[in-house]
Amino acid sequence: MKPREQYMESLRQLKNEIMKMGILVEEALSKAMKALTELDSDLAESVITEDMMINRMEIEIEDRSIALIATEQPVAGDLRHVITGMRIVTQLERMGDHAVHIAKSTLRFECKAFKKPLIDISKMAELCISMHREVLSAFMDEDEIRARNLVDLDDEVDSLHEKVQRDMFTGMVEDESFLSQALQLTYISRYLERFADHITNISEWIIYGKTGNHVDLNG
Amino acid sequence: MGIAKNDIVLEIKNLNFYYGELQALININLEIKRNTITSIIGPSGCGKSTMLRCINRMNELIDDTRTEGEIFYDGRNIFDSDVDPVKLRRKIGMVFQQPNPFPKNIFDNVAYGPKMYGTRNRQKLREIVEISLKKAALWDEVKDRLLDKSLSLSGGQQQRLCIARTLAVEPDIILMDEPASSLDPIATMRIEQLLREVTDDYTIIIVTNNMQQASRISEYTAFINAKERRSGFLVEYGRTQDLFIKPQMKQTEDYISGRFG
Ligand SMILES: Nc1ncnc2c1ncn2[C@@H]1O[C@H](COP(=O)(O)OP(=O)(O)O)[C@@H](O)[C@H]1O
Ligand SMILES: [Mg+2]
Repeated sequence: MKPREQYMESLRQLKNEIMKMGILVEEALSKAMKALTELDSDLAESVITEDMMINRMEIEIEDRSIALIATEQPVAGDLRHVITGMRIVTQLERMGDHAVHIAKSTLRFECKAFKKPLIDISKMAELCISMHREVLSAFMDEDEIRARNLVDLDDEVDSLHEKVQRDMFTGMVEDESFLSQALQLTYISRYLERFADHITNISEWIIYGKTGNHVDLNG
Repeated sequence: MGIAKNDIVLEIKNLNFYYGELQALININLEIKRNTITSIIGPSGCGKSTMLRCINRMNELIDDTRTEGEIFYDGRNIFDSDVDPVKLRRKIGMVFQQPNPFPKNIFDNVAYGPKMYGTRNRQKLREIVEISLKKAALWDEVKDRLLDKSLSLSGGQQQRLCIARTLAVEPDIILMDEPASSLDPIATMRIEQLLREVTDDYTIIIVTNNMQQASRISEYTAFINAKERRSGFLVEYGRTQDLFIKPQMKQTEDYISGRFG
């Protein structure tokens, strides 16, 4: 038998659980965006109820990590990866919350259609989802280079967010009936921008896990 | 390594050690910082005990051994012909794995060294015994029974008595070879606590098989690995925190993570 086989297996399982949680978060955002663009309140409701699952996973993964630290006393790379995992699930949980916020905003729309198609917001969501997939596979492969490269996409999300804010503001000034719609869309843009920030936070933790160095990618 | 020259109390340079044909230590280089605890970790048989015994020249008492290289203490190579090994061992004391008190009473165990080095005054001896037992965190437990046989003490108390006995001759450096490995967790904790408390006055080099213990108590850690399970070489030496969170060498990472064998 290889030394510490059980322990290595626990580390692998922990990583798999984090991946599963990550996939749930991706589904939550995809659904929330579909519910928004199609103004589908049933789908929006389901995003809100399914978030409980994400919250539960955060606690479960944290408990397992703590138990692993207490019983196996990981050190060096193993320790950094367990800590990284705990930080990542905190980020994922908040990202799930942003999907919920988008779903709740959707429920607040009283209109039957948008004044203009949601081009920039959809683009932001697409970027968020591909960033999210990339960060999860960087986590899986412990690839700090790919994690680091995500800042470029985050910059794109940031500038789209600024553009949406400007457009909505001009829209509100031009047409007062657009006010409440524009406000909700501004919030949604803000949630997406935050979602992407959490992804770069995850990137920072992946880099820490691999190298032991703290970096600031949002600075 | 980042230790200022005047903070170095002991400098081991190109140390090779042989038991007959067997080379037990291969070119060890290590600088020990004054008033700190340095842990030596490594698989069994890698030469940790051998290295400690080089530092106070105890290996010379073993037949058919050979030492190469230098160990500087107080600016002098301890292997120089004019260094008196008995005097050296007073300055560099040693505590062993198995508590080995003399079959005498508690007082005499601690007073033994000072007497041997010439302290005759009873009052002075009593002071030394009290101070040493206090430093070894044993005084409160034995102050009313100083004339009891040392073997009436528990294992943990016996080990602290041995530490008191070592402290009584006012050493500079204390070498400890797995001093807590035969003790229960509470006795171990007491020893660890007392080691932390005495580093204002002493430099401690401790061999331990318990990596949590190394990471808990020491400021620096040296990892020695064994070639063919019997010839030790230094793999990595640095601040304990760095070594346990961010080791530089894969061998170190594998060893401390339990991925060896
Ligand atoms: N007195 C001795 N005579 C011959 N070989 C010895 C003696 N003491 C130790 N050795 C050998 O030297 C090597 C290192 O031993 P030691 O210093 O006791 O290692 P450690 O303390 O790291 O377990 C081992 O291979 C051991 O068998
Ligand atoms: Mg030994």
